Amino acid sequence: MELDKFSYDNRIVKAFIIATVVFGLVGMLVGLTAAIQLVYPVFNFDLQYTSFGRIRPLHTNAIIFAFVGNAMFAGVYYSMQRLLKTRMYSDRLSWLHFWGWQLIIVAAAVTLPLGFTSSKEYAELEWPIDIAITVIWVVFGWNMLGTIIKRRERHMYVAIWFYIATFITVAVLHVVNSFEIPVTLFKSYPVYAGVQDALVQWWYGHNAVAFFLTTPFLGMMYYFLPKAANRPVYSYRLSIIHFWSLIFIYIWAGPHHLLYTSLPDWAQSLGTVFSLMLIAPSWGGMLNGLLTLRGAWDKVREDPVLKFMVVAVTAYGMATLEGPLLSLKNVNAIAHFTDWIVAHVHVGGLGWNGFMTFAMLYWMVPRMWRTKLYSTRMANVHFWLGTLGIIFYALPMYVSGVVQSLMWKEFNPEGMLMYKNFLETTVQILPLHALRAVGGALYLSGAILMTYNLIKTAYAGSFLANEDAEAMPLTKGYVSTSGGWHHRLLEHKPVLFTVLTLIAILIGGALEMIPTFLVKSNVPTISSVKPYTPLELHGRDIYIREGCVNCHTQMVRPFRSETERYGEYSKAGEFVYDHPFLWGSKRTGPDLHRIGSKYSNSWHYNHMLAPDAVSTGSIMPAYLWLSEQTIDKTETRGKITALRKVGVPYEEGFEEIANEDLEKQALSITASLKADGIEVASDAEIIALIAYLQRLGTDIKAAPADEAALGANQ
Amino acid sequence: MYKNVLQNIDNIAIWPVVSFVIFFLFFLCLLWYVFTADRKFIDKMKNLPVEATDDDTISNTSNV
Repeated sequence: MELDKFSYDNRIVKAFIIATVVFGLVGMLVGLTAAIQLVYPVFNFDLQYTSFGRIRPLHTNAIIFAFVGNAMFAGVYYSMQRLLKTRMYSDRLSWLHFWGWQLIIVAAAVTLPLGFTSSKEYAELEWPIDIAITVIWVVFGWNMLGTIIKRRERHMYVAIWFYIATFITVAVLHVVNSFEIPVTLFKSYPVYAGVQDALVQWWYGHNAVAFFLTTPFLGMMYYFLPKAANRPVYSYRLSIIHFWSLIFIYIWAGPHHLLYTSLPDWAQSLGTVFSLMLIAPSWGGMLNGLLTLRGAWDKVREDPVLKFMVVAVTAYGMATLEGPLLSLKNVNAIAHFTDWIVAHVHVGGLGWNGFMTFAMLYWMVPRMWRTKLYSTRMANVHFWLGTLGIIFYALPMYVSGVVQSLMWKEFNPEGMLMYKNFLETTVQILPLHALRAVGGALYLSGAILMTYNLIKTAYAGSFLANEDAEAMPLTKGYVSTSGGWHHRLLEHKPVLFTVLTLIAILIGGALEMIPTFLVKSNVPTISSVKPYTPLELHGRDIYIREGCVNCHTQMVRPFRSETERYGEYSKAGEFVYDHPFLWGSKRTGPDLHRIGSKYSNSWHYNHMLAPDAVSTGSIMPAYLWLSEQTIDKTETRGKITALRKVGVPYEEGFEEIANEDLEKQALSITASLKADGIEVASDAEIIALIAYLQRLGTDIKAAPADEAALGANQ
Repeated sequence: MYKNVLQNIDNIAIWPVVSFVIFFLFFLCLLWYVFTADRKFIDKMKNLPVEATDDDTISNTSNV
């Protein structure tokens, strides 16, 4: 039999590399801006498009989907061709994938600042973009599975397994979490409400971290680390255990994002147990990576690629130890809603994803351009800037998280909250926030240095668009004599393998969610909880548009320190009409679930327009445009009918009279504002927002005592 | 306590138990799968990425 001659496609890898670098710089710059905004609110520029609530999702989306996403595709396209000894299945699909993905990124960069958001973390993009993501993801998967099928290497190396799991799981997560009913071109409501929505969202959110930020990078670790160290992985057996137990366990752990919330207790416990179990496969993988360098540590001193990889794998180990610890309820009680979590994700993001990406870029670019790296010294400077950046980012945030949390919880000897005013705790941590911005700036400057280094490298070399290779084609009717029958069954059969992966991840997801969905009304009904009025609905959508959920939670946990500060703790039954849920995950400002009726309408009005004037030292942006822009009443009908379709009991025909109801409520608010000397149009957006805020958390006060107690559940 | 919430499902407590049993069996099968593998096969798989290719001729470090 003759050797097949073919070539590896480097052009597509080059395209993804350029996109990685460009969007990486943009995403980090946006992150740095957001960090500075939290110290100097003036950097919100008093513009709606640049306010923190809209910038923060832009940063997370740019980093996750544009920077890490493109890096993942570059690494996958580079390693997969070489591991399977074949060119990608179809060049056309490769380019469709590339341009489709970049278009999605551009669409995100336009729509998020405009305020088109679903408000669900890392799934903020609205429904047309959700559909585009699905299509392009299928293109990627099709190209990948096609490549696997036409491979010339009979066995699939473990990296390929991780890529398959990434494709399958992200597809399932994205589709399930994106069930939404469109209202307008860029507005939709999720079909899930309240507790169910929270469970689905964090099943998604947690596993987006697992299967978008972790598994593809583990696959790349298993390829690029042995390559860079020039020695095989420490234990292939361990990598098999790593793969299967990781994908099996990860999927269960989502509820640890919802500890002490209104999620049923058994689901919280399930999340905790599986999170703890995750330490084992995660550390198995980390040790497998580090032990691969056995006897090669001298190389780490000289080779920037290995340096970045060692820190990346160590950061992976740190983050995956910290994650399970944060899932313990007693640790979570302190850390949740604070900067601790921000530190945790950035150890993963900056350390694991960022450094792994840098390592891959420093590895691939010289090889694809057939030359040496322009400057090793510059890469070493980058390494130290990046490492110091991570330290200056993470340490202040750990301190800040613990300090603020303890301040929230501190009582004086009289049994009163020591820091009754939330703002006191915010002001306390601002210097730490400033220090964090310094860390971010260091990290970004390192990335700029790398960009220069890579460009100089490329100019010094000549790009090899098609790298020639040759391999024996696979023969039909092959009978393996090694590995045992079960390895023959699995590792030669990609389709079967894919199906088994799907089953492994579905078991966890199903067992977690079925019980919650089985009961028609999955949470105790509180009869006094009623759907939002049309005006409140508009207000709620403004709350979503402005990204208030990025800084304010709506979930009073059952701690004395919280009930003292905010009021009655949140009950599952209070959220049954919340499409989407807005519990939030970070308290940069105070919780708002019991804000209703707490302050006057005029207080809210003044506070929205000039937060610093009402609460001296506040770092909340000013929302000047809310008093100038008007709500679009033509959308009321669509909102009501869409919500009715997903189960909110608006009476038939209510959409006809909804606007009358809306105007009546608006007039009563403008009248009360007028009494305080504030003149504002009744259709101004701020009126709707005030209506919503004044409604928040008030329904339960009218509930019969036994229902309120049952609502306490768990 | 959760029984109050999900009282409409019979034997809700069975779910976490089922979860654990499934995982335990899964893990046992995994161990069996891994440790019955042929050493030659494992070695072959292990060496897949580091088999000599063109890109190995380029070093990771520059002179500068």
